[in-house]
Amino acid sequence: MQKLLGSNFLKKAIFLAATFGLVQLLIVTGVINPFIMDTLTTICINIILAVSLNLITGFTGQFSLGHAGFMSIGAYTCTIITLRVPTTLGFITGLLAGAILAALVGAVVGLPTLRLRGDYLAIATLGMAEIIRIIFLNLDITNGAAGLFNNNQYVNWFWLFLFTAGTVVLISNFIKSSHGRACISIREDEIAAEAVGINSTKYKVTAFVMGAFFAGIAGSMHSSYFYFIKPDLFGFLKSINILVIVVFGGLGSISGSIIAAILLALISTSLQSIPELQMVIYAAMLITIMLFRPQGLMGSKELSLSLFKKWSSLIHRKNGGEA
Amino acid sequence: MLEITDLNVHFGVIHAIKGISIKVNEGEIVTLIGANGAGKTTTLRTVSGLKKLSSGTITLNGMDITHSSAQDRVKMGISHVPEGRRIFSTMTVLENLELGAYLRRDKSEIAKDLSMVYERFPILADRKKQAAGTLSGGEQQMLAMGRALMSRPKLLCLDEPSMGLAPLLVQEIFDIIRDINEKGTTILLVEQNASMALQIANRAYVMETGSITLTGTGAELMQSDDIKKAYLGG
Ligand SMILES: Nc1ncnc2c1ncn2[C@@H]1O[C@H](COP(=O)(O)OP(=O)(O)OP(=O)(O)O)[C@@H](O)[C@H]1O
Ligand SMILES: [Mg+2]
Repeated sequence: MQKLLGSNFLKKAIFLAATFGLVQLLIVTGVINPFIMDTLTTICINIILAVSLNLITGFTGQFSLGHAGFMSIGAYTCTIITLRVPTTLGFITGLLAGAILAALVGAVVGLPTLRLRGDYLAIATLGMAEIIRIIFLNLDITNGAAGLFNNNQYVNWFWLFLFTAGTVVLISNFIKSSHGRACISIREDEIAAEAVGINSTKYKVTAFVMGAFFAGIAGSMHSSYFYFIKPDLFGFLKSINILVIVVFGGLGSISGSIIAAILLALISTSLQSIPELQMVIYAAMLITIMLFRPQGLMGSKELSLSLFKKWSSLIHRKNGGEA
Repeated sequence: MLEITDLNVHFGVIHAIKGISIKVNEGEIVTLIGANGAGKTTTLRTVSGLKKLSSGTITLNGMDITHSSAQDRVKMGISHVPEGRRIFSTMTVLENLELGAYLRRDKSEIAKDLSMVYERFPILADRKKQAAGTLSGGEQQMLAMGRALMSRPKLLCLDEPSMGLAPLLVQEIFDIIRDINEKGTTILLVEQNASMALQIANRAYVMETGSITLTGTGAELMQSDDIKKAYLGG
C-alpha cells in the first residue's frame, strides 16, 4: 500500500513537472505568444476559482453565490500592497494577505449562516459580495469606480503554475482525506452525517473558508497579471460564471472543473472574432451541453487511468459487437 | 441506562413533546409506539442530540447528557438509525459502513466490527462496492442498521425500521433486532407496527400528541383493550 501511494505520488510529480517544463519551453521559444499567455492565465485563474467553489458547492453541498466577492478581496488587497511594496516579495505578501482576509470574511459570513440547514448561505453570500463591491466602490484607497492600476506584472508562468497546481493538489488531498469524506456525507444527507457523529457545522465552515481562501489567491493572480481591477469586474455575473464552470464540469469532480475551465476559455476565446454573437453562441452551447449531460461533463467522477480503461473496453466491446 | 425526565421539545410555537419521562434499563428492548405525529421521532432525535430540547434532563448511565453534542453522544455509545434510512446514496456500501465508525480510531477493532456487520447482513458484503442508492428498500434499511452498529453502540435507537417493507422482510428485521439485543446492545425502538414491536419489547410506552398515555410490559399492552382497538386492528 505504502509503495503504491509512493509510485502514484511520483507519477503525479512527474506529470506536473513535465507540464510546467513544456509550457515554459513553449514560452521561451515564443510559441506561446502574449495573446495565448492571456488565455492560459485566464484558464489557470478559472481553475483555481472553479475547484475552490466545487469544494463548497460540489463536495459539501453548500450553495454559494459570492465567489467573486472573495476574489475581489484578494485582488484589491494584493494590488494595494504591491503598489506600496513593488517587489516580488510585496506581491507574495499581498497574495497571502488577500487570501487570509478573504478567508476571514468567509468565516464571518459562514459561521452564523452555516449553522442553519437550508439555502441561507446562497442569500447571505449574494448579499456579502454586493456589500464588498459597494465598499470597494466607495473607499479612497480602492479608488472607487475607476479602479486601480497595478504598475508591475509579478505573475509569470512560474507563480501561475505553482498556485494553480498547489490549489488543485491541496483541495484534492483534502477531499480524499477523512475530512473530505465528512464533507461529502454532509452533501449526501446532513442529518445522517450528524447521526454518525460528524460535526456538520464545523465541516461546512471549513470547506467554505478554504474555498474563500483560494478564491482570494485567484483574485491576486488576476490583479497582478491583468494590471487593472475595478469593482464591476467582481459582480454577480462573475460569481455566476464561476458557478457555470463548476456545474458544467460536474458538481463534485475536480477534473471536471479543470476540463470545463479549459474548454469554456477556449470556446469563448475562439468566439472573440464575432463579438456580436459571442454571448449568444456561448449560452446556446452551454444549454445544449447541459441538455445532453445534465450531471456535467464528468458527473461526480474523476478522470483517472482506470476510467480510461473502462472507456476503452466499452468502445472495444461496441466495436466487437458490430463486427 | 437511559433516563429521560420531564422532556419538553418545541418546534417554534409547536409544543411537540409535553413533559414525557422514559426509562430504558440496560439490556432491554423498549419500544415507543403511537400514531402519526405523536412525537416519537422527535423524542428519538432528542435522545441522540439531533434536536435541542426546551426543558428536561437526559442521563446515560447516570451521566447528564442533556446538553452534550450529537458527536459526544455517539462517542458515549448512543447510535441512531434515523427514520427513512438516510443512507449516503452516492457512496458505496463499504463507504457508508466506514462512516459509521467515523469517530473511532481503533482500526483493527473497526475491521472486526465490519466483518461482524457483513456476517449479520451478508447481502451488504455482496454489495460492498455498489452505490448505496441503488440498493432496495430492505437492503437500505440493513445498511442503515449496519452503519449504526459500526460505532459499536451500547444503546441503539431505531426509528421505524419496518417502514415500507414486505411482511417477510419485517419479520427478518425484527429477528435481527432481537439478536442484536441478545448480543448485549440495549434497544430503544420507535414503531408504527405495534404488534411486531410489542412482541419483541420488554417494555413499551404509548405516545399520543406529545404525551405518554400508557406504559407497561410488551405482553401487558398486547392484552390491553385500548391498545387492541387503537393499534392492533381490533
Ligand atoms: N422540523 C419540524 N418543524 C416543525 N414541526 C415539526 C418538525 N418535526 C416534527 N414536527 C411536529 O412535531 C410533531 C411530532 O412529530 P414526529 O415526527 O416526532 O412524530 P412521529 O410520532 O415520529 O410521527 P410518524 O409516526 O408519522 O413518524 C408533529 O406535530 C410534527 O408536525
Ligand atoms: Mg416518526
